[in-house]
Amino acid sequence: MQDIRNQTMTDTALKAEKISVYYGSTLAVKDVFLDIPRNQIVAFIGPSGCGKSTVLRCFNRMNDLIPSARVDGNILFDGENIKRFDPVELRRRVGMVFQKPNPFPKSIYENIAFGARINGYQGDMDELVERSLKGAALWDEVKDKLKESGLGLSGGQQQRLCIARAIAIEPEVILMDEPCSALDPISTLKVEELMHDLKMQYTIVIVTHNMQQASRVSDKTAFFNAQATEAGGKMGYLVEYDETQVIFSNPREEYTRDYVSGRFG
Amino acid sequence: MTAELPLNDIAPGTWKPNRGRSETIQLIIKIICGAFATISILTTIGIIGTLIFEAFSFFGNLPSELSKDSEQVSYMQGVIHFLTAGRWTPLFASKQFGIFVLISATLMITFISILVALPLGLLAAICLSEYASPKIRKVLKPVLEILAGVPTVVYGYFALLTVTPFLKTFFPVEGFNSLSAGIVLGIMITPMVASLSEDAIYSVPQSLRDGAYALGGTKRETVWSVVLPAALSGIVSSLILATSRAIGETMIVTLAAGANPTLGFNPFVPVMTMTAYIVQVTKGDAPHGTIAYQTLYAVGITLFLITLALNIFSFWFVRRFRQKYD
Amino acid sequence: MTAQGIENKGASSGNFKQNLSGRYNLDRVFATAAWAATIVSVLVLVWLLFTILKDGLGTINWNFFTAFPSRKPEQAGIKPAFFGTLWLMAVVAATSFPIGVGAAIYLEEFATDNWFSRLVEINIGNLAGVPSIIYGLLGLAVFKRIMGPITGGNSVLSGGLTLSLLILPVIIVATREALRAVPNSIRLAGFALGANKWQVVWNHVLPSAMPGVLTGVILALSRAIGETAPLIAIGAVAFIRSTPSSLQSPFTAMPIQIYNWVGRPQAEFHQIAASGIIVLMVMLLLMNTIAIYFRNRFQQTR
Repeated sequence: MQDIRNQTMTDTALKAEKISVYYGSTLAVKDVFLDIPRNQIVAFIGPSGCGKSTVLRCFNRMNDLIPSARVDGNILFDGENIKRFDPVELRRRVGMVFQKPNPFPKSIYENIAFGARINGYQGDMDELVERSLKGAALWDEVKDKLKESGLGLSGGQQQRLCIARAIAIEPEVILMDEPCSALDPISTLKVEELMHDLKMQYTIVIVTHNMQQASRVSDKTAFFNAQATEAGGKMGYLVEYDETQVIFSNPREEYTRDYVSGRFG
Repeated sequence: MTAELPLNDIAPGTWKPNRGRSETIQLIIKIICGAFATISILTTIGIIGTLIFEAFSFFGNLPSELSKDSEQVSYMQGVIHFLTAGRWTPLFASKQFGIFVLISATLMITFISILVALPLGLLAAICLSEYASPKIRKVLKPVLEILAGVPTVVYGYFALLTVTPFLKTFFPVEGFNSLSAGIVLGIMITPMVASLSEDAIYSVPQSLRDGAYALGGTKRETVWSVVLPAALSGIVSSLILATSRAIGETMIVTLAAGANPTLGFNPFVPVMTMTAYIVQVTKGDAPHGTIAYQTLYAVGITLFLITLALNIFSFWFVRRFRQKYD
Repeated sequence: MTAQGIENKGASSGNFKQNLSGRYNLDRVFATAAWAATIVSVLVLVWLLFTILKDGLGTINWNFFTAFPSRKPEQAGIKPAFFGTLWLMAVVAATSFPIGVGAAIYLEEFATDNWFSRLVEINIGNLAGVPSIIYGLLGLAVFKRIMGPITGGNSVLSGGLTLSLLILPVIIVATREALRAVPNSIRLAGFALGANKWQVVWNHVLPSAMPGVLTGVILALSRAIGETAPLIAIGAVAFIRSTPSSLQSPFTAMPIQIYNWVGRPQAEFHQIAASGIIVLMVMLLLMNTIAIYFRNRFQQTR
């Protein structure tokens, strides 16, 4: 699998071309251009309401589920427009981890097996569950209680369960929407370490409020900002996108400099 | 100096709060309201008290009713007769008191009603919560509540005069039968199942649905494998409450299922449920102290215990299996 | 393996055999079933209403409202049943409203969390699940027989009190919800002006909770108006040639009259039963409309 990928696929996992998102008639995010390189971690930072999560949800077409939402522009996944994918197929290959841990009210085992089962996984399920839990650095903590409810775990464990659940369907990209915002510092550290390990196999896009986190984990960083619209709402746009090092040490834009130095946001 | 303060212009004595009187009024009100709250407890005591008292007289008199010329029947044998005898003929000359005859009819009709209400109510609940647009949901939810408020005698009319003739074109049903009563009873409890299940399904957090979609689930897979299991406690409790309502329902079965205590599970023939028996006897004005009067309460307490057990089970089930999402 | 777009939709990808078309077919079946169930439920309601209107509209005339029951269906009317129901509702409203609201005030404002309020709470939950005919047996034993000398036996008062007990849990629950919806700031403002608890409840909390309370009471009354079984159990009979003149008068009520006519073999009686149902349903509809009106006002002012 891995070698086939390397032969035929481009170095860009996801490419956003002039993405704009509307909720009803309000423009929420305007004209975003982005390239997400393969096997790297890209962080989206910016103040609340600047559309980071909205853009993230475009990549696996989660916005399709909101009836009033409309996405203009194109996103290419492996060079193919995601509009030409079936959403179910796309989401199988572009996994997602949410802000609040949302394990299903099922056993730990079933939490992992669910996605694989509905998508017709052909291999050995027990082996997949073990591999996914190991991949999410959770195996040692839960291997004796796979039949217990996923809701019985601590917040940090629940979030790693959700990561395990996401990698069980063998995606190419994992989208993480503020995965640590509901976690304590120690759990956060564990998840961050985990991201480093996952980078070998997956492309990761992470939305975060925490600038230290962005600088610690990511290779590239996109800074979003919001501007007031005439209608009184907020409209998000991409200010600057560059190597994380550049964004945090020597950004081109004034706004970025102010934001990363903690002057607003 | 002080005279300049406006407050001093007011003559002393303008403020005469009668705190004592206010407190007395409050105390009296509190006692009255407390007494009103006690009425609900007195109702329960009254129900259980009368049921037990009259049922006790029933079991006290049962041996003498059953005894033939020579053989004596003990109290224990009386209870065993009540629970196991295959005939229910308390108003006839040769009296038999097999409560199971009435229970079997109640069970059969309830079972048919659940067969109708479970798929209809649950699917309608899923439809309203997951498939219908907010607009349609806003219209249909009150319709369900109106349906739940239709008097049962109306459903009885519908069962006897509309559904039974309709069924006659397909099945060899008699004029009174448990099939028609069961179907209409199911229609009656469907809104209850739908409305309560819908509440449970609707309150499943959106984050679980998002989680399932993000794993490549289709809508049905999301609803079926994630949303429904998460709402299970609410769905089951709505079903149990609906079952309890069906068991205690009176007018539909009295009108449509007949008054013929037969043992067996043939849905095409007339039967007699526990509630229908109570109606039959009270309509005839059974004098207090007779065995007929006492059978009312023996049947009543059986009915009460069955529904009570179901209600307690439902409370327990919700408490035990409710998922807490914050 | 090239980039997987729409070309090989449904084909395997990696270790997965996704079978998308099969899954979407199942999705369609499921969605169809859900819609079908909803539509069937609505259609059944339409069928029910249609039959009753078709059967009953023809026989509604002035005579139907002013005549007494008769052996001849064309002469029979609902006058005693209609007035009996009005009398019953008056008794039920006059007893259940103060008792239910008082009990709710006690539970919600005076004794918020002690053993007694918890006991009453559990008790109310259980009472709400007791079949209505059991209340009838209670009424038969207590109101008709034991308190017979006061209530007059099979009388408006016995029937009304029985129905009152039946809907009391509903009223208490609805009133408590309405009281709970009153913002605590209103209570604190009252206390800050030196009012005691009862003065605050009476002058501030109850007025703002009133629309919610009235909604609950009217919905509970609309349940009582359609109850048949408990009234039969305490011995109300359909064939009465007078309207009630006092609380101790014997009575009949709309649902009992309907029940009686449905049970007759002649089709003509079935028609006037349907007419009676129409009248009863119109009364219910009016009550529901008033309740919804109060509810909407309640939601606006909240």
